[in-house]
Amino acid sequence: MYAFDYKSPSSLSEAADMLQSSDDGVLLAGGHTLLPTMKQRLASASDLIDLGGVSELRGISVSGGQVTIGAMTTHAEVAASSEVANAIAALADLAGGIGDPQVRNAGTIGGSIANSDPSADYPAALVGLGATINTNSRSIAADDFFTGMFDTALDENEIITQVSFPIPDAAGYSKFPNPASRYAVVGVFVSQSSDGVRVAVTGAGPSVFRVAEMEAALADSFSAASVADISVSDDDLNSDIHASAEYRAHLVTVMAKRAVQKAGG
Amino acid sequence: MSGTGIGASVRRTEDLRFVRGAGKYTDDMNLLGQTYAYILRSPHAHATINSIDTSAASQGDGVVAVFTAEDMAAIGGIPCGWQVHSKDGSPMHEPKHPVLAEGKVRHTGDPVAVVIAESRSQARDAAESIEVDYGVLPAVVDMNDAVTADSTSVHDDVGTNICYDWALGDPEVVDEAFSNAAHVASLDLVNNRLIPNAIEPRCAIGDFDQATGQYTLHTTSQNPHVIRLLMGAFVLGVPEHKLRVHAPDVGGGFGSKIFHYAEEIIVTWAAAQLNRPVKWTADRSESFISDAHGRDHVTKVELALDEDGKFLALRESTLANMGAYLSTFAPCIPTYLHGTLLAGQYATPVIYCEVKAVFTNTVPVDAYRGAGRPEATYLLERIVQVAADQLGMDPAEIRRRNFIQPDQFPYQTPVALVYDTGDYDASLSKALDSADYAGFAARKASSKAAGKLRGIGISSYIEACGIAPSNVVGSLGARAGLYEAATIRVNPTGSVSVLTGSHSHGQGHETTFAQVVSEKLGIDFDSIEIVHGDTDKIPFGMGTYGSRSIAVGGTAIVNALDKIIAKGKKIAAHLLEASEADIEFEDGQFVVPGTDKAKAFGEVALTAYVPHQYPLEELEPGLEETAFYDPKNFTFPAGTYVCEVEVDPETGVVDIASFHATDDFGTIINPMIVEGQVHGGLVQGIGQALLEAACYDDNGQLLSGSYMDYTMPRAADVPSFSVDTTVTECEHNPLGVKGCGEAGAIGSPPAVINAILNALAEVGVTELDMPATPHRVWQAIRSAQAS
Repeated sequence: MYAFDYKSPSSLSEAADMLQSSDDGVLLAGGHTLLPTMKQRLASASDLIDLGGVSELRGISVSGGQVTIGAMTTHAEVAASSEVANAIAALADLAGGIGDPQVRNAGTIGGSIANSDPSADYPAALVGLGATINTNSRSIAADDFFTGMFDTALDENEIITQVSFPIPDAAGYSKFPNPASRYAVVGVFVSQSSDGVRVAVTGAGPSVFRVAEMEAALADSFSAASVADISVSDDDLNSDIHASAEYRAHLVTVMAKRAVQKAGG
Repeated sequence: MSGTGIGASVRRTEDLRFVRGAGKYTDDMNLLGQTYAYILRSPHAHATINSIDTSAASQGDGVVAVFTAEDMAAIGGIPCGWQVHSKDGSPMHEPKHPVLAEGKVRHTGDPVAVVIAESRSQARDAAESIEVDYGVLPAVVDMNDAVTADSTSVHDDVGTNICYDWALGDPEVVDEAFSNAAHVASLDLVNNRLIPNAIEPRCAIGDFDQATGQYTLHTTSQNPHVIRLLMGAFVLGVPEHKLRVHAPDVGGGFGSKIFHYAEEIIVTWAAAQLNRPVKWTADRSESFISDAHGRDHVTKVELALDEDGKFLALRESTLANMGAYLSTFAPCIPTYLHGTLLAGQYATPVIYCEVKAVFTNTVPVDAYRGAGRPEATYLLERIVQVAADQLGMDPAEIRRRNFIQPDQFPYQTPVALVYDTGDYDASLSKALDSADYAGFAARKASSKAAGKLRGIGISSYIEACGIAPSNVVGSLGARAGLYEAATIRVNPTGSVSVLTGSHSHGQGHETTFAQVVSEKLGIDFDSIEIVHGDTDKIPFGMGTYGSRSIAVGGTAIVNALDKIIAKGKKIAAHLLEASEADIEFEDGQFVVPGTDKAKAFGEVALTAYVPHQYPLEELEPGLEETAFYDPKNFTFPAGTYVCEVEVDPETGVVDIASFHATDDFGTIINPMIVEGQVHGGLVQGIGQALLEAACYDDNGQLLSGSYMDYTMPRAADVPSFSVDTTVTECEHNPLGVKGCGEAGAIGSPPAVINAILNALAEVGVTELDMPATPHRVWQAIRSAQAS
């Protein structure tokens, strides 16, 4: 690692001030992407502002038809939460399938979505459920939040505070994990609610995306058979040593079917 | 059998310190005044070094020294320990392997310069300010390209990328057999390149005592004496009495810690230059591009059969990747540890094997768990399956029809080896019973009803362990002996120190060897200590690899114990006023049978060191004996593995439904440890079959250079194994042991791939290379459906 100043704010406003006043400050959440990257000297920061002590960023609450999760809530906390499981079982299921136990006990929802890794699981849930991302300055719809590979709508000094998920009537997440990293080669999150059906795909493209044709078909009939013959184009999909774009396109259909089945369709 | 003797599943004594984090690994050591080395490595696979400017780095905070190849001009290159000759009689090409790159880099990760500083991070900071002007050259990555006449040369002074063109067998006789055969099966395959990934990264600490001129190297090695010999005699020119090599607890090797590496030389040499200890520890990313890789063959194999499925001849042609330089034992892996195994368990009358070893701009390739034998087993067990399928024969039946029969031992194969014992049908039958082979069709039907494809695969492997004897391997190009040494030091009060040349890096020698001693001497297991890994303490030994420790090292221990008992009888005879010929040693007592005369082992030991009542005129005091044992032959563990898989045709995911292993390891000292060795080997073999692949791009960049992309097998990737044994005892060592360390990794890959191809047969797939990743299986299914 290159040298940096470690800062440990105890409140959101203190963290925001520290970020504002630093030359090249970086927020530290779970650190599962940031720290390895810094150790490899591929990233550096003047100040590392550790949000671990900001208690107002933690916690899970369910009210008014919404599940609200603080940005610094770990994947393990979401996976183990009976409130989440009762409200949106698919969300707890997704959190429980991220990485491995070490990752889940340190990694956070805020850190994950701020990083906007194209293979991360959470973006599928946020877009698949039509969530809202709250920051210290505004609210952003999930559909507008993920703007590209490792890119989000966040402003430079903006801090995610919590994510609110509307509780759907049914939801399911099906993931094809990368055999090495356990990130999603393809993950599909499907939900059905009074606002309609959402199908969100992570892993396959540069950033999470929705499949309108599948959403329409499922709105018509919420069953696996409805999406079985709908395929996405592989034109803009990712390709690497684990999966070609063609294979990813195929897996989008397979994972969509399985997600619908998990959702009870 | 006593509670801690041969055949007892004694819990591993070494595990207490390991599971408590109290092991002492090289990186746990820190010496007074220690400095830290960081090695600047090439980012390019192939480039000239036009210039290196270290001036800024030399001024860096905490920097003690910066060295490049120019500074090390007085010392030798890294030696190769085995010389193979081509079929025309010419010796292999052996280009220099410099410690630090001299004018050219030949693989990503090739060491270019070393910075030594007061801390690791200071060394690394300074290394970033070294300016290297590279002239990037085309990289030679693909072996098929490398052997073409117009390929770029990895070594300009060699002029070809073919290191040697070796052959075994008579091609004319084999061709003749093929031309008369009723049936010929043919197969092209790839044995995928693997990265060893021992849990403990390599580490080396050099130390120098200016007062005595004594060098010390603490290192993560499987064979400290081999390192002392190679580095002292061939690189640094330091005599052995002035060089100590110490390999303390080592966290896994799998072959990758056999070899003599540049970093060991750098820290030892630099410690003397600076008169301060120098420590280097690899980080995991560095391990991927600096530990020798394994396997990496491209092969064509053909099997000739008669109309009844009897094997008439086998013919193989292989390109074997050496990487950019010849690692310590690289040349012998695809030749004498590969071609000689091609008879397998079968009475194939004639065999021809030719192997071209190929230089490429990749990390050097050398022995990795199994080393040549997995490659031989894979091609053989694959082609046998292909032949069975083409002839419509049951894969078990075609094997039975061709097995060497128990009454044929000792059996001279057409590929130089003489097998001493075996009963191949016994292990096949046991494995098939265990796997409920007869019930497979019903299980396949139920999988099909669930939309899955089920397959079963067999692999009947043989391996050759304890490579020997020294005079034979010497005639085949080995530049070392392959014996083992042991000293039994009986202490005055009867406890025993065993100084062994074998090295334990996870195998459990401290338990297994102590069991042998406990059994032979009839003494308490807890009064036995196994000492290894330090050239200042142990007799000159060759270390641990090739599943040789119990067969060779264990025999040296037994031979030294026999000398102890023989001397003890002389002492006991004197004490008991009996004739030496009347003394027998039973259960820790020297007795005169038929009388009540007896002396306990401890009494005899004490007498040897307090020789008040002792035949001093006839016998030296003390009770310490050394034996050097050079085996008469290899040992030949063998067995059959049966793997059953279920494939999801929608995704290509392969699930191993069951895996049944039956091995013949001869006598087993500790069944629990052996079972653990089999489990570990199977996981590594399944890792090769399903998950692991070192992938280079066309520029020679390693794409699978971290655990984000290199898939190590995990517990969830493998089933709960069913492991069983049959026993035919090795006939040329006193314990009857054969060795068990590599069998699982050797026998399992073809069982897995045969099972997958069996599953995919119903959708028309006939070809599949390792690793059978979901992507690759899905592609195979799609291609078959399209055609």
